[in-house]
Amino acid sequence: MINYILKRLMYILIALFVIVTVTFFLMRLAPGSPFASERNFPPQIEEKLNETYGLNNPWYIQYKDYLIDTASFNFGESMKYKARSTNDMISESFPVSLTLGIEAMLLAIGFGVLAGVIAALYHNKFPDYLATTIAVLGISVPSFILAGLMQYFFAYKLGLFPVSGWKGFNYSILPALAIAFSHAGFIAKLTRSSMLEQNHSEYVKMARAKGLGKWTIVFRHTLRNALLPVITYLGPLTAGVVTGSFIIENIFAIPGLGKHFVQSITNRDYTVIMGTTVFYSIILLFAILIVDILYTFIDPRIKLKGAKK
Amino acid sequence: MFKNKKFLLLTVLAVFSLVLAACGFGGESSDDKSKDDGKDSGSSETASAKELNLIVASEPPAMHPGLATDTTSGALLQNLFENLLSYDVDGKVVAGAAETWDISEDQLTYTFHLRDSKWTNGDPVTAGDFEYAWKWALNPENASEYASLLYPIQGAEAYNLGEGAVDGVGVKAEDEKTLVVTLAQPTPYFLELVAFKTYAPLNQKVVEANTEWYTDAGADYVTNGPFVLDTWKHSDSIVLKKNPEYWDAANVALETINIGMVENESTTVTMFKNGEIDYLGSPYGSIALDAIDGFKADGTLKTANYAGVYWYKLNTKDKITGNVNIRKALTLAIDRQGLIDNVAKGEQKPALGMVPSAISGFEEDRGYYKDNDIEGAKAALEAGMKELGIKDPSEINIKLSFNTSEAHAAIAQYIQENWSKNLGISTTLDNSEWQVYLEKLNQLDYQVGRMGWIADYNDAYTFLEMYNTAANGNNDTGWENAEYKKLLDQSIVEADPAKRLELLKQAEGIAVSEFPVAPIYYYTNLYVQKDSVKNMKPDMLGNIKLKYVDVE
Repeated sequence: MINYILKRLMYILIALFVIVTVTFFLMRLAPGSPFASERNFPPQIEEKLNETYGLNNPWYIQYKDYLIDTASFNFGESMKYKARSTNDMISESFPVSLTLGIEAMLLAIGFGVLAGVIAALYHNKFPDYLATTIAVLGISVPSFILAGLMQYFFAYKLGLFPVSGWKGFNYSILPALAIAFSHAGFIAKLTRSSMLEQNHSEYVKMARAKGLGKWTIVFRHTLRNALLPVITYLGPLTAGVVTGSFIIENIFAIPGLGKHFVQSITNRDYTVIMGTTVFYSIILLFAILIVDILYTFIDPRIKLKGAKK
Repeated sequence: MFKNKKFLLLTVLAVFSLVLAACGFGGESSDDKSKDDGKDSGSSETASAKELNLIVASEPPAMHPGLATDTTSGALLQNLFENLLSYDVDGKVVAGAAETWDISEDQLTYTFHLRDSKWTNGDPVTAGDFEYAWKWALNPENASEYASLLYPIQGAEAYNLGEGAVDGVGVKAEDEKTLVVTLAQPTPYFLELVAFKTYAPLNQKVVEANTEWYTDAGADYVTNGPFVLDTWKHSDSIVLKKNPEYWDAANVALETINIGMVENESTTVTMFKNGEIDYLGSPYGSIALDAIDGFKADGTLKTANYAGVYWYKLNTKDKITGNVNIRKALTLAIDRQGLIDNVAKGEQKPALGMVPSAISGFEEDRGYYKDNDIEGAKAALEAGMKELGIKDPSEINIKLSFNTSEAHAAIAQYIQENWSKNLGISTTLDNSEWQVYLEKLNQLDYQVGRMGWIADYNDAYTFLEMYNTAANGNNDTGWENAEYKKLLDQSIVEADPAKRLELLKQAEGIAVSEFPVAPIYYYTNLYVQKDSVKNMKPDMLGNIKLKYVDVE
């Protein structure tokens, strides 16, 4: 187990190195400068700005600087938001995205698994069709439409929730639902199909024959095995959801991390691009690692490569 | 194993609840304003503590008067800092931190006499604070992007470009209360400039003690304006509180201003309709294009003049658009009024010159050309094609560039249609991201490119100056004209306002006869506000001084 984790950590480091390198060169290849401005300023000032942010160095020096920055987790000052450090920007906005993300995850998993189980239990009956329809709707309706509609009806027309902002728990309900809906749909579909698969297996028939109740079988036996594909899906999902969504944050005016991913690129804010990319990569890579480790707890048949017996 | 799993589950739950509890939602949830429907806000509680709720579109990138370049930072800074001179509610220059000022006979020396006023930390506001701030902005080490606005001051340009010494800059604090400014040449609009954000004072002690004083609200964010920066939650909200130390505090009505940061335009419209914000319109958010008709229909939409122009720059170094007659044809063949009525919808005015009608002296049409002049356009196209040796208009293909945005795309499509219908030429639309687009224009890598220009100060010079030489960083067209430059140079030394206006108009006439730009429309500022909000409107520079605003 320890060996396995160490090995995976090595891979993570290699992956990070590759990501930083690719990001650096893509960033440099993209046209446009962080200091391009509507009101032009003298070339002397631009030179000074380039010097301040180290942009006048040859590319290999800049590359080296970025590698060192990444290794020391100090990404430097934003080029757009004067004197704001990238680290501060991430550490202030990430808790918001994390809170919202966890809320959305709990909703997505809760509703998704429940809908999936119901659909599987009432296979080809009304509850199945209903749950499947909702799930397909959830997957296919884009989140910005859903968010806009929810904002219009629940917040504006009915006045149940605030329209936007981030000042308390009731501000988080609509955005969390908007994020959760499509993921819940996907989880429901996954749960349903693997539940159906399990329902035909020997051990379920055996349990039935022993006279166990429908729901007891589900919770004691089927669900545990059926959830494996869901857990695989949860790794990348967690990484994606807890780092925030640009669209949802934009519509509900949430001060989260998601917008920095997009805005740093349009602003050509090199330090923030690098900071957010590395941060997201780390979360994603670790989420996947944790999922792999979780497998062994959920399904004892799975052995990690390199793990001792 | 079973026990292990339960333990794991418990741990996961514990971690989740810890995270949720620790993160919180970053706000005092107790006073939830959104539930008020705004109608009874005139009642006892709010009347005693006057509050205004606004939004801005983004986190202000630089809350430092010397570094700010954008409208959001500018809008806030104007209410936090008090310059020597300030604007009244209509945008006229009035006394600010300076009580009186004298101008020498030759208009080269300005002497400002400061009133007794205090910084928020209790220090007196001195002439030295202004000297320090202006020199700070000019210091090349600080790389202030707006330093060029200080160039009328003697020695300022040389110092900023690293060619002169700081001692050569013509700003001197004679004593605590007297600031003497020496100009390089008489600059008739200098008083307008003094009210601009880059001319705000800085508290030397605080700025030198903490070079990052402007990144957060707190003890080090020391200001001298009508409001103080009370709270600043990055990317979330800003709260301004009335400054009791402000010299004119008796005339400031508002106690608290809550400013949220909401980028999405349809969200801001919903917030306004829901009564969560009291005012919507630049610089405090903007009205989405698709909401304009709705506000027009219920009669709440208000329009204010805005000294800005939306124009298409024409690359005079290009093979096709390098021809003056082609440029003329392109300029004349645009149906501006139709564009405004059907696409832009903001009650803008057709631009038939380079200087907006909001600028004093330029209210009347100067008669350079007619809107939608098809006959003239066809004749000019004919002449241009002869000069270029082109036989058929369909051989001409113009690339029309703009930065990615729905509004710019809609305008470009309308004009594409105009040109194809009226002139029979084809047009290719080409959009790119803002940062890329700016570089493209700057390197003359375009044929026709859209740009807007908003006045920095209330004077025609701000619209004409950029075309004085092809090398001017804001020219972007490659056009220059010796006669034009001469007239502009005369205009900054001419002391008689009437003669000066004549010079500026002559210069405009020259530019408009050679068409380095095709002006499209003069901007307007659209806004909606609650009935309870009084005295709140943008002046022609787009500034809103919250100092004058009252709520009932």
